Amino acid sequence: MPAVQETVEQVRRIDVDQYKYGFETKIESEKAPKGLSEDTIRFISAKKNEPEWMLAWRLEAYKRWLTMREPTWARVNYPKIDYQDYYYYSAPKRTSLKSLDEVDPEILRTYEKLGIPLREQEILAGVERGDGTRSRVAVDAVFDSVSVATTFKEELKKAGVIFMPISEAVREHPELVKKYLGSVVPTSDNFFATLNSAVFSDGSFVYVPEGVRCPMELSTYFRINEKNTGQFERTLIIADKGAYVSYLEGCTAPMRDENQLHAAVVELVALDDAEIKYSTVQNWYPGDAQGKGGIFNFVTKRGDCRGARSKISWTQVETGSAITWKYPSCILRGDNSRGEFYSIAISNGHQQVDSGTKMLHLGKNTVSRIISKGIAAGQSNNTYRGLVSAHRKAKGARNFTNCDSLLIGNKCGAHTVPYIEAKNSSATFEHEATTSKISEDMLFYCRQRGMSAEEATALVVNGFVKDVLQQLPMEFAVEAQKLISISLEGSVG
Amino acid sequence: MSFLEVKNLHVEVEDKKILNGLTLSVEKGQVAAIMGPNGSGKSTLAYVLAGKDNYKVTEGEVLLNGKNILDMAPDERAAKGVFLAFQYPVEVPGVATMTFLRTALNAQRKTRGEAEFSTPEFMKLVRDTAAHLGISQEMLRRAVNVGFSGGEKKRNEILQMAVLQPTLAVLDETDSGLDIDALKIVAEGVNRLRSPERSMVVITHYQRLLNFIVPDVVHVMAKGKVVKSGGKDLALELEAKGYAQFADEAA
Repeated sequence: MPAVQETVEQVRRIDVDQYKYGFETKIESEKAPKGLSEDTIRFISAKKNEPEWMLAWRLEAYKRWLTMREPTWARVNYPKIDYQDYYYYSAPKRTSLKSLDEVDPEILRTYEKLGIPLREQEILAGVERGDGTRSRVAVDAVFDSVSVATTFKEELKKAGVIFMPISEAVREHPELVKKYLGSVVPTSDNFFATLNSAVFSDGSFVYVPEGVRCPMELSTYFRINEKNTGQFERTLIIADKGAYVSYLEGCTAPMRDENQLHAAVVELVALDDAEIKYSTVQNWYPGDAQGKGGIFNFVTKRGDCRGARSKISWTQVETGSAITWKYPSCILRGDNSRGEFYSIAISNGHQQVDSGTKMLHLGKNTVSRIISKGIAAGQSNNTYRGLVSAHRKAKGARNFTNCDSLLIGNKCGAHTVPYIEAKNSSATFEHEATTSKISEDMLFYCRQRGMSAEEATALVVNGFVKDVLQQLPMEFAVEAQKLISISLEGSVG
Repeated sequence: MSFLEVKNLHVEVEDKKILNGLTLSVEKGQVAAIMGPNGSGKSTLAYVLAGKDNYKVTEGEVLLNGKNILDMAPDERAAKGVFLAFQYPVEVPGVATMTFLRTALNAQRKTRGEAEFSTPEFMKLVRDTAAHLGISQEMLRRAVNVGFSGGEKKRNEILQMAVLQPTLAVLDETDSGLDIDALKIVAEGVNRLRSPERSMVVITHYQRLLNFIVPDVVHVMAKGKVVKSGGKDLALELEAKGYAQFADEAA
């Protein structure tokens, strides 16, 4: 059988069901009544003991949402979502805990299975690195609609860093939340962000005070467990003047026939000379071989380089979800601020990815850099959609964009849709794009040297994504590399 | 029994017959040159030996050390000692030459049930070999064949051969695109690898290469089969008379 034909056959047999994280945690949960109404929102707000202003904020967003329409411009197809058919709040029965000892052991086991041993995290204080230094990661674990545990809280507190579930921050640091929540992604921003503003459940809140370099990596691990449940996390990270923080999020879900809904909002604020590095390893359940089930992932992520010389960097490794609609962006407001977007988006089976970034240059001499690597296999569609714009006053704005797509097999598609707008003549924008196929010649060359088809593909793909993998914190680069080979298993003959 | 025995090999590519009952024996430790005009099937023979897809064997067999290798995948053949120095070495962007070599060597060793090389052992092996071929450390860090000159690509092929230590090395037009200085370096690299344990099939269009890699035997191919065999003088005779004399014999 000719190789190309063989590849096609293999791709047809692709078993997306090899999703490793597809188990379900049997646990009692408390849910809001199904569907969405003012009552649902009041229920959520009451569950979280929110102050009146927070409830009012939510209700206003809800009113706004009722007048909005779901966007249709992305290159994704999915059945109409019945928003009344979801649960908007689900929490494990025993919550509001003082220490890890009070967390349901079933939940701790879940995170352990996922490779995130919360308990050991605290006891061992991190893993040893090659050079003998200890690197540590503080974890906030979000299970369905609530945060179940946050590690290293005390130690971070000593450094002045606030890292807690946003539901707690609303009560404990209302002045900060009021000041920054919705200041980057307004409640009226877009259909999914507005929905999130009305019903957001939990997520992380980070505040790094002036001049502080956060002493460890911060990480949030999201898990959707409950059936028919939407997860609407809200994350808000503020780096005050001269502060630095590196933050990582990971996400998984059980395998289900129905589509679960995930509509998150992430807001980042960097003041003068501050730097935020935000990394995502997204591995939501992608659906089965027939394209049944999987997470609908509609996410609004935006960073505001509000201060001069501030820097925000997004790095993402996207391998999961049935539908991905996601454009982590930077508003380059401060003069000499810098925005970066490094992305690896992998689609296999019937996955549809429409992802990219927006770099909005408002300040003088602002710089942005976009490196996007899309890999499409199976019958998937993978679109890069990006906007780079320079405002009239953004003198000397500079952007460099590089979008590469790699196709594996011949039933998949890669699409690149760049929008470039320069409203002043001193802006310099560069755009490079390539689309290539893993050629039979390349595979044969590797195999002639002794590598199996799978080893050869992994080597070629890792070479393709190398520039982006290097941007990930070291602790996660290896994990991401493994994830990439798992996602592509069975995609070549 | 010869180390490599090709018996009555018939091969089609996209329904076009390229090899027409080719028969060839190469002894252990022998360097056999294969010459012939363009389109005589020399490169096809190289690819079929290495197991490239889309080359359909309709008749005949290829025995390596008495075992038929035609049903084996390319990587299985590689682990059994088959190496092909490509006429057009392929670029692998983003993969450092060092990483590529190491992945290849360890993959072969794994298939053969041998232990993987340790990093220091491997680094030393590659460095020593690379130095002989005038390959710098910087070149080993660069992505495989990306931005390499023609000469660098061919030297890289010989480096891989030296590291992988095959028992059957097939060199497909290794001289093409090389100036005389580059040709000498490559030829020296090949000569250093001559061994009673290693057979070589040196495919070339021109006699020039054989001044530097002196073959034990010369086979002439035309229209998909071997039409004449002889000693190294046969190459000189071809250089003088050209390939035209074989046009009728093969018909």
